[in-house]
Amino acid sequence: MKSAVILFPGSNRDRDMIKALEQISGQPVATVWHTETELPEADLYVLPGGFSYGDYLRSGAIAARSHIMPALKTAADQGRHVLGVCNGFQMLTEAGLLPGALMRNASLHFVCKEVMLETTSTNSAFTSHMEKGKVWRCPVAHHDGNYFADAETLKELEGEGRVAFRYADGTNPNGSINDIAGITNAKGNVLGMMPHPENLIEDLHGGVEGRALFESVMQSLAA
Amino acid sequence: MKARVTVTLKNGVLDPQGKAIEGSLGSLGFEGVEGIRQGKVFDLELADRSEAQAKADIEAMCEQLLANTVIENYSIELL
Repeated sequence: MKSAVILFPGSNRDRDMIKALEQISGQPVATVWHTETELPEADLYVLPGGFSYGDYLRSGAIAARSHIMPALKTAADQGRHVLGVCNGFQMLTEAGLLPGALMRNASLHFVCKEVMLETTSTNSAFTSHMEKGKVWRCPVAHHDGNYFADAETLKELEGEGRVAFRYADGTNPNGSINDIAGITNAKGNVLGMMPHPENLIEDLHGGVEGRALFESVMQSLAA
Repeated sequence: MKARVTVTLKNGVLDPQGKAIEGSLGSLGFEGVEGIRQGKVFDLELADRSEAQAKADIEAMCEQLLANTVIENYSIELL
């Protein structure tokens, strides 16, 4: 699996993501600065976590309008896989690649802790090789993770099995509607999620639960 | 020319910040505050153009960047 991580001023989980992708794919990971207008060839493009542009205006709003974004939209239209984690998820909604919006946490607090996630759908490459219904732990670290979508959009997401991950066991850290932690687009090649699977990759992290997601993409691509 | 854009949350979108402000006003002793919604104001200075053009330009700015129309409404005022 060839992968590329797109970098923005204020990204801060980019190295975690690159390291995770390198370890799991066994291949070097390309990086792309946001001012570029073309993407390198890759199977998976990742928007990493962080605080691009200091969260000015709205989280992810400025990054979502950067020069590289038209190329990312084209890649998504062509069926390439796109993953946005945390700030990357916020960018994907701001860019219109995923529906809904990520609002300020209901508690108003920045949350940095482990939550439990349920894999609620295995409809996409990101989850097709994961176990449906499995509950696993995953770290979150965000201030604006409170997913919101209007009733019609929610019905679509739920009806089409596009809620990939839900906060489980009462661990919803942000007030997100329907406990939504991650969603995919209609085609299933774009996933946005608030939790950080790239931070549970090796034993030194205290667990390897995050590997399954990346391995699922790899296995789907190989199939 | 100058213009002001006001961005507010749509009805039905929860506003935890507004709720916190409402609670704080209550604790300061202000009574009868029945709701607060927090929004944003943008003051724009534009090179001269016709009013119609200005409105059209600012509307495009709102649609593309200043507001997230999934959750926010906007209004435009030429000053």
